[in-house]
Amino acid sequence: MRAPAPAYAAAGNTIEVATRAIGAGLVHAVELVGEVQLHVHRDALVPAMIALRDTPGLEYQQLMEIAGVDYPQRAERFDVVYNLLSMTRNHRVQIHVATDEEHPIPSVTGIWPVAGWLEREVYDLYGVLFEGNKDLRRILTDYGFRGHPLRKDFPMTGYTELRYSEEEKRVVYQPVQLAQDFRTFDFLSPWEGAEYILPGDEKAKPAPGAASTPPAALPQDKGAQTPATADQVQKADAAGSAKQEPKASSEPYAKTTAESTADTGKGSAESDATPKPADPDVIPTAGKGQNQ
Amino acid sequence: MSHIPGVEVAPATTTIDPYVDEVLDVHSPAHPTEGDVTIQNYTINFGPQHPAAHGVLRLVLELDGEIIERVDPHIGLLHRGTEKLIEYKTYAQALPYFDRLDYCSPMCMEHSFVLAVEKLLDIEVPLRAQYLRVFFAELTRISNHMLNLGSHVMDVGAMTPNLWLFEIREDCLNFFERASGARMHHNYMRPGGVHQDVPLKLLTDIADWLDTRLPRLFEDAISLVADNRIFKQRNVDIATVSRDDAIAWGFSGPMIRAAGIPWDLRKQQPYDVYARMDFEVPVGTRGDCYDRFMVRVEEVRQSARIMKQCLAEMPEGPIASDDRKVVPPKRSEMKRSMEALIHHFKLYTEGYHVPAGEVYVATESPKGEFGVFLVSDGTNKPYRCKIRPTAFSHLQAADFMSRGHMLADTTAILGAMDIVFGECDR
Repeated sequence: MRAPAPAYAAAGNTIEVATRAIGAGLVHAVELVGEVQLHVHRDALVPAMIALRDTPGLEYQQLMEIAGVDYPQRAERFDVVYNLLSMTRNHRVQIHVATDEEHPIPSVTGIWPVAGWLEREVYDLYGVLFEGNKDLRRILTDYGFRGHPLRKDFPMTGYTELRYSEEEKRVVYQPVQLAQDFRTFDFLSPWEGAEYILPGDEKAKPAPGAASTPPAALPQDKGAQTPATADQVQKADAAGSAKQEPKASSEPYAKTTAESTADTGKGSAESDATPKPADPDVIPTAGKGQNQ
Repeated sequence: MSHIPGVEVAPATTTIDPYVDEVLDVHSPAHPTEGDVTIQNYTINFGPQHPAAHGVLRLVLELDGEIIERVDPHIGLLHRGTEKLIEYKTYAQALPYFDRLDYCSPMCMEHSFVLAVEKLLDIEVPLRAQYLRVFFAELTRISNHMLNLGSHVMDVGAMTPNLWLFEIREDCLNFFERASGARMHHNYMRPGGVHQDVPLKLLTDIADWLDTRLPRLFEDAISLVADNRIFKQRNVDIATVSRDDAIAWGFSGPMIRAAGIPWDLRKQQPYDVYARMDFEVPVGTRGDCYDRFMVRVEEVRQSARIMKQCLAEMPEGPIASDDRKVVPPKRSEMKRSMEALIHHFKLYTEGYHVPAGEVYVATESPKGEFGVFLVSDGTNKPYRCKIRPTAFSHLQAADFMSRGHMLADTTAILGAMDIVFGECDR
């Protein structure tokens, strides 16, 4: 890993130990971008969490946070991600549990009391239900708020706004009125990543020798649009970083060779050029701009 | 009703309302307690507008006389929907929101986010930028602790130390202004490095300040309270938290260190150049409010030590990655290069694309573990950016920490927690 992100212990055989400890409840386990993800079936969540906390070799003592993620196109649209921390092994792990609006996730408040508020937050913002949480009230939104604002189908501007009404001498709620339309721009370039299929060529099969899944193209520079995932970028980088040489100049735009005036932008001196008459109002400076 | 300003007291029920009679089961004339003097539990509101609530915190306190029986913190009064807004912004536009989370330690908030973006992008950061980030993160820690230590001692009755500590905080804000142009909302750390280099004069000024003014003012102010009898009476053995409780309730930062667990992400999971720094992690012995205070006091001294090391070791060199698809070009380059102009335009409209992935990156903010769970789908905007606030788990524990204590201890407990609502409510 090249980025200076927090360095904790390597995963080692975490996945094998976790697979044995959780057993059938584990859907699958992967290590991506240096972080172990365990996808657990929601019915097996509580025994899996107890196993993760108590099994020697796992020892995840602390529940640091619970994050909801909404994927509306999926059948089970919500991912609830538990981030656990092992202080003895100095390792972190993500536990992913999928659910939808109706099926509750068993609460882990019996294992970690801190989960109480964290589950309330996921319930408030996503509407995910937690079975066994005795205090599943809203936590961040207003008293009497309706809807779950972090769902992808909840508009960013919301539905109601409130203001102080001078007539009624109190704060009133009213539907949102936008002075101008909410503006979002689609910056995803249409000419990148498109598949150009010639008319009449739709049924053409790939050549028999071609690989079924070609490796995703890596970006020419970090930050350029790429179909490759962060994990692929990082792995390719780790493989190639040994032979990569650091760039010489810190200024990527600096020209190293300047053969013509077109490169430098500098005009050529005329043969009969005379010095310009000095303007008494202009104080000559070193030419560093007026802010010097 | 109340003698404490700002605290609203709901009167004990006078049982005129038949509904209350029914709830209290006194509808029967033959009720055995009728005629007795019944002492009812008070339920009072602490806040949301209370100087010791450190922001907009509403505590619903159930009191038996002056003893706290139950605390129900109501939060979310400063909820601004930061996480939702970030989903509609490019990565560069999302960064300033982090300054506004914990507005007492803005740079440490930025730190987590830029590290998360860098981890997904997998870009290298020049050494000088890493030193600058650590340097200013520690200066942020000092300025944050000045605010917290000062307001903590003021919550329990002392006035003078707060004024002296605010002198130091004012110095810190001036240094931030000279580095980034803004006193509070710096937007200084960027994915790939920092926004701009600092002038040498600023570094020498901070070095002088670290040697002279900071220790003098700070040690003077702390000497007023650290051994003060009243201060100790208000803090020692208040809200003790055992190690097991601290772990189970998800404590981090000074809260878990005061409980006696030497856990500091700067040491355990070093990021940027913290691995090169030589510093010590203070721990408490009793896990009470006094320990939390003293842990922060020692952290200020250690932060000054780290900053001095940064000044001694900081190399010359670039302050941002030379990846032109992430770091925008400088103005002078745009005057000379068409490429730079194009990159500038693209980076400030479309922004850079972060490859798909999910990372959880946590740093040691002055208040504890501040984490960012960043889900990218390969576009120029975060798909999901979950912010892990430190105050959430600490404030949740306020119930079991204050139970059995006096009403006046609430302010000491809250002060020692170091809660800022910009971060807690997001």
